[in-house]
Amino acid sequence: MSSVFSISRFAAIASKEFIQMRRDRLTFAMVLGIPLMQLVLFGFAINSDPRHLPTAVLIQDHSPLSRSLTQAMVNSDYFDFTAVLQSEAAATRAIERGDVQFVLQIPPGFARDVLRGDRPQLLVLADATDPAATSQALGSLRQLLNRVLERELTGPNAWLRTGPPAAELVVHAAYNPEGISQYNIVPGLMGVVLTMTMVLITALAITRESERGTMENLLATLVRPLEVTLGKIVPYILMGYVQAGLILLAARYLFEVPMFGSLTLLLAVMFVFIVANLAIGITFSTIARNQLQAMQMGFFFFLPSILLSGFMFPFRGMPIWAQHLGQVLPLTHFLRIVRGILLKGNTLTTIAPEILPMGAFAVVALAIGLTRFRQTLD
Amino acid sequence: MSTTQHAPIIDVTGITKSFDEKVVVHEIAMQVLPGEIYGFLGPNGSGKTTFLRMLCGLLRPDRGSGTCLGFDILTQALEIKRRVGYMTQRFSYYEDLSLRENLDFVARMYGLAQRRQAVDASLERLGLAGRQKQLAGELSGGWKQRLALAACLLHQPSLLLLDEPTAGVDPSARREFWEEIHGLAADGLTVMITTHYMDEAERCHRLAYIAYGRLMAQGTVQEVIDGAGLVTYQIAGGSQPATSAKLRSSPAIAQAVAFGNSLHVSGHDRAAMEAAFRELLTPEQTWTPQPSELEDVFISLMKQAEDNFR
Repeated sequence: MSSVFSISRFAAIASKEFIQMRRDRLTFAMVLGIPLMQLVLFGFAINSDPRHLPTAVLIQDHSPLSRSLTQAMVNSDYFDFTAVLQSEAAATRAIERGDVQFVLQIPPGFARDVLRGDRPQLLVLADATDPAATSQALGSLRQLLNRVLERELTGPNAWLRTGPPAAELVVHAAYNPEGISQYNIVPGLMGVVLTMTMVLITALAITRESERGTMENLLATLVRPLEVTLGKIVPYILMGYVQAGLILLAARYLFEVPMFGSLTLLLAVMFVFIVANLAIGITFSTIARNQLQAMQMGFFFFLPSILLSGFMFPFRGMPIWAQHLGQVLPLTHFLRIVRGILLKGNTLTTIAPEILPMGAFAVVALAIGLTRFRQTLD
Repeated sequence: MSTTQHAPIIDVTGITKSFDEKVVVHEIAMQVLPGEIYGFLGPNGSGKTTFLRMLCGLLRPDRGSGTCLGFDILTQALEIKRRVGYMTQRFSYYEDLSLRENLDFVARMYGLAQRRQAVDASLERLGLAGRQKQLAGELSGGWKQRLALAACLLHQPSLLLLDEPTAGVDPSARREFWEEIHGLAADGLTVMITTHYMDEAERCHRLAYIAYGRLMAQGTVQEVIDGAGLVTYQIAGGSQPATSAKLRSSPAIAQAVAFGNSLHVSGHDRAAMEAAFRELLTPEQTWTPQPSELEDVFISLMKQAEDNFR
């Protein structure tokens, strides 16, 4: 029996964890409940087809056609007219301040130019920071314009209905950072959920032993740090895969997220990510004195992960210092990997540069955890 | 002090340990012989648990040296752990595992061959076989204590360190527990046990008393009592609280403690004490000398320690 590491003692701890995992209904429910809850909150609550978006109008052509058009927009439910503006400068300001999602500008002589067959432009300024919020409304606006023109152009003007549309809709999408689709959210959630549960669960698993006094007993036996650490990590790796599987199923069948790349590759790379998170959890548990502190440290890690990884805000939109910080976090790289594999069909060679930083993070966190793990109660 | 030719199981000197500048164990030297039941007494926070933890490698002494089972306590902690059964003060097995699962886990931690048989035998011996599927957290105090004892005997240690094993256990369970301990000691196991109960102290072959981290007395019960040089009287009649307050004010009286309807009054100078009785007691009160008891001695030792080291 090796004095540094014994397979049988490691296996004893791992199987003990499994039994405890099964008995601890609350934690077990949490592990299955968190992904489902987050999927529902983020997946459904982030409405991909929002309506009643605040819209300002800059009407420089007071004609029956203009009135007919604005009325049709209100009827569509997508647009709520909240302000009437007098100048283009005021329009820009309203968008800048985020007061409105859209500004509709009907240029002077719009109706006249339509009737002349000059095919004038109808301008829409859109706040596209959240493209998911604007794309549906804009799509409907395009159809709506065609329908209005069809209805209005009757009698002698009917000839305008043939050939190209009698008016052109020009959308200026402001602040569009990288054209995110809503498919970004669900794959990203996999990383977020794994970070949250994996870090917390290991941080709690070890501090619970100290808090309940069982650590004293464990240390009085022949156990070695590596056996405890690995024995605590391995059962939760499987737990992580259960969560990931759950989310992938939901992504595929509930949200119909496209999956272009190799799932095998994704599951393989996920291993590094899960270990990195478990390792940081172990490290926290060697610092925290009780479960509450471990929990707080978990959130301390979780928040920057969510904010700086590119899950919440576009990564390239963040200040440089925040980007540097984000580069350290495993979630940042995992998000790029999972989105890359699922949405763009990336292969191993493309994602390799993202695996390395995650692996390095895991090794460093594990090393800190192991050196901090105390063989005595000192 | 040794009366047998065997080498001591525990042989340490100068053991000192501080936490955050506070000395918890101060220069303790101790020898425990094979097959002895060695009682370890002292008020709460006197350093008993810390001392036990240092013996089994859970804490590292700041100073001092010695051996436990012939192994150096500073450098050979693993060898010591392999041969020591340590029962913690607080129940420290897994409450969400069943009895069998707990024992099985411990057996695996010590790498026992024939694990199943060892666990079966242990369950059988302690009469736990019928409850093996029950979760440890559902057990009463007495049964938890049995489980803990079974678990720390599983790897057949040569030395048992028991930290207040009978706290919160009813008298009949305590009696059974002590029968078991005496049986184990007769088979050659050495036992070191901390306790607050006087009847348990008197069941030990030898005992030590520590207060404020200092060893105040050690030896057999009789040696400890004789060593204290304490004179005790029993006082009957009169109002107890008033009398004890009066007596305590006299320098000749070290302590006055109520025992049922009488007072136990102790001091070190027989003549001075009797002079004080004549002066302070009313005619209807009587005083009769009686042998000092362990409890009188411990209370006196604790006061002494308070005066000197606090």
